[in-house]
Amino acid sequence: MNLLINYEAVTSMVLFAIGFTMLVFSRNIMKKILGLNIVDTGVYLFLASMGYIEGKLTPIVPATGEVNALDYINPIPQGLVLTGIVVSVSFSALMLALTVRLYKKYRTLNLDKIYEMCRKEDEQK
Amino acid sequence: MDFIMNLPFATIVLSLFCAVICFAFKDKKARFVSYFLLIASGIMSASVIFYNLSSESGYFVYRMGHYDAPIGNEISAGLLEPSFLLLFEVVMLLSLMGGSHRIMRDVEEEKQKYFAIMVNLTHASLAALCYTNDIFTGYVFIEVCTIASCSLLMLSKRTRALVAATRYMIFSLIGSSLVLVGIILLYSITGHLLFPQLYEAIGTLWSTGEYTFPLTIALGLIVSGLAIKSGMFPFHFWMPDTYGTATPSASGILSGVVSKGYIFLLLKIIFRVIGYEVFLDSKIHYLLFLFGICGMIVGSVSAIKTNNINFMIAYSSAAQIGYIYMGLGLGTKAAIVAALFQIVAHSLTKPMLFLSVSGLSDTVDGKQDFATLRSSAHNNIVAAVSYSAGALSMVGIPIFAGFIPKLLFSISAFGHGIKTYLMLIALAISTILNVLYFLRTLINIYSPAKVESARKTIRFKNVPTFGVIVLLMSALNILAGLRSQPIVSLFEKGLELFINIR
Amino acid sequence: MKNKKFSSLLKEWYEGNLSFDERMDSDIHKKETAETEEKEIRLVKDVEKAEKELTSKGYKFFSVIFCVILALILILTVNFMPLFADDSTPTANEVYEHYVGEGRDQTGAVNTVAGMILDYRAFDTLGESFVLFTATCAVLLLLEQSKKQKVKEKESFTFSNDPIVCTIVKIITPIIIVFGVYVLFNGHISPGGGFSGGSVLGAGFILFAMAYGEDNAAKIITPKIIRVITICSLSFYCLAKSYSFFTGNEFNGIHSIITPGTPGDIVSGGLILPLNIAVGLVVCCTMYSFYMVFKRGRLD
Repeated sequence: MNLLINYEAVTSMVLFAIGFTMLVFSRNIMKKILGLNIVDTGVYLFLASMGYIEGKLTPIVPATGEVNALDYINPIPQGLVLTGIVVSVSFSALMLALTVRLYKKYRTLNLDKIYEMCRKEDEQK
Repeated sequence: MDFIMNLPFATIVLSLFCAVICFAFKDKKARFVSYFLLIASGIMSASVIFYNLSSESGYFVYRMGHYDAPIGNEISAGLLEPSFLLLFEVVMLLSLMGGSHRIMRDVEEEKQKYFAIMVNLTHASLAALCYTNDIFTGYVFIEVCTIASCSLLMLSKRTRALVAATRYMIFSLIGSSLVLVGIILLYSITGHLLFPQLYEAIGTLWSTGEYTFPLTIALGLIVSGLAIKSGMFPFHFWMPDTYGTATPSASGILSGVVSKGYIFLLLKIIFRVIGYEVFLDSKIHYLLFLFGICGMIVGSVSAIKTNNINFMIAYSSAAQIGYIYMGLGLGTKAAIVAALFQIVAHSLTKPMLFLSVSGLSDTVDGKQDFATLRSSAHNNIVAAVSYSAGALSMVGIPIFAGFIPKLLFSISAFGHGIKTYLMLIALAISTILNVLYFLRTLINIYSPAKVESARKTIRFKNVPTFGVIVLLMSALNILAGLRSQPIVSLFEKGLELFINIR
Repeated sequence: MKNKKFSSLLKEWYEGNLSFDERMDSDIHKKETAETEEKEIRLVKDVEKAEKELTSKGYKFFSVIFCVILALILILTVNFMPLFADDSTPTANEVYEHYVGEGRDQTGAVNTVAGMILDYRAFDTLGESFVLFTATCAVLLLLEQSKKQKVKEKESFTFSNDPIVCTIVKIITPIIIVFGVYVLFNGHISPGGGFSGGSVLGAGFILFAMAYGEDNAAKIITPKIIRVITICSLSFYCLAKSYSFFTGNEFNGIHSIITPGTPGDIVSGGLILPLNIAVGLVVCCTMYSFYMVFKRGRLD
């Protein structure tokens, strides 16, 4: 069974599924944003676990002397996680700003309520 | 002449730089920076096309750094990349200029510079999406494009635009997270991020049968994520709100350019990463074909049901994107050329329709329902003429651009068993439905009003740029319809390059 | 709608008077008679009804089923994936060996991750800092109040009269800022770099603003400074990377004058140190302006 060895990947995929479901099905905007963050957390966990190799060092090499690449873990996933974090921060900020504006106008966080109110408002014009 | 090889990268960096410069401006001067940027990049894209047409291989790779492909990052340009970027630039420039009087009205004065910033950033990300040769760079610029295009929508004064933006963002986020997880799954089984190495690795894995299941899932996630972002059938619900509430320039850019940018990246991934044989072998294209056909019918039916002219055009976008996915899903090169031409026709037509509808609804104080819009054609003749041209093109009347893809689709449909019948029937039904709803609007806007109501007459001299731009767009549309052969042969050549050059 | 002839239906549809949504239709007719208050009551009721329909048990059950199916598919995918902590996974290939093995000598950065994101794959990082810039602009355009709307708001709560908070912040803020600068400047020779250092710096400024009040903070860090720093850093980033991309291709005939230097020194790693500083400043300004805009609706 690979699943027992790949337990980190399994955890991250469960996190992804939970977050994705929240993002798609939750009607509350804040919960949607939380879901987005859970999705990203799952992805980072997956990436970080992918770079890890048993018994190897962090990829900060000594300043002088020979470097044996096989002593160190893979640096690429770490760079990808960094990019992912920045993207997720930007999206969270943007969504939160939208939420602030919507809440100020409609006094609710429920998206269905907001859609409905907005449609009625348009019809009344 | 080798200097021209710098131009793709110069386009991307110049537009990023222009966006930063615009941030320094206090007022709407920033708009002229956007005009300058779009014109300059248009010239650059055109010169890349001519360079590639005259060079032997017709294709080059440019290193983004000091190291070659698997180590460093790179961008690549064949024939299709600069051609589509040129198309996007022309459409963006025209819809920006044509809707400039509406931007002044729809966007708060202090925030108009943000419109220019976001246009520049959208252009930068589209250029990067077209030229990129690295899947993770693609992801990063998808995100830039999402935020920038969403901001274009949010800039409108109406609160409904905010609600639409939230909806658009949520669908985009769903698509992005699918793309992201697909990319990291793909990376973890291949160990590469650059297109040529990914292509090799995927080809080897597919033929040896190793990791077949994760590979299929990863490819499916990437394709479906991009399809969601571009508004394929079951995920098209954001379209009417988004296109209906934004300022006309933004609707034009969002419908004509941004969603097409995602489709182009998808096409590039299908050919340069997945490989066409593996793509056909993995059976993902059947899904695209089915959803495309469903989108054609469902989009048209929704367009018939609505009473708002902007919503109708937005639903018709859903139908037109269905055509593109149907072409991608059929699995022949001829159908893909038809889909590419469909992108051109749709990009040229939709912004024109949005602009001219804004001109028509300006005569009745911004209302958009059919009952009020009745006989508005007599109050704004230029808008009515261009609307008629756009509607005829969407229906698929010969001499307009919209006719060519339908013709190419029907030619390419033959000889595929059950798919032939499905495709021909879907085309027929969709065309009939198209005729129904576009003819209805045409008859409506030209027929005399039943009730006299307050109307404002808008003449050509009131908004000269608008008039010139919409007429120019109609002329471009007719030109693309009459002189389609060079474009088709360019696309055929470009597609050959996509498939053969490694 | 049901008892009419087809031809009259068609005519109504053509004129745009036929509505397919019955509820919307009835609303239009009632509109003239109903008073505004009644409308609002009905609206709330309608909304509550719609909400009940949507958040009913079936909806929740369906979403749970969706979640379980998605998780199962992904877990099944993981089952066929390369093993965790294994040294023969596909990701442990020649690219990784090159980054770790040659990275120090080619880029001058002892921290391989910094060398990778700012030299080998610098285009990604360029895009990344522009994601931040785009988000800053988007948040500003959403939340920044225009000058006309600037009304006198009620005094926002600050800790500036609280001796404990003020003293501690007075002690901590310089330490945080120095630490942030340290992380920023040592990005190429130790863990850290632009993004982490920038967020530490930003946190320091946010702490200062929280304790001493945003008005006082805005006097020191004016919107103009934020704008100038953002524009200068991003322009520098664009120009520096254009230079290295331009010289990276042999057909241009120009060779880069930037050398990796001695690995391990503070001034080494070619463009990596200046780029780290530029990125750090952008991140710091972004974080700080997010805080200010969310808190006050403007930067000053």
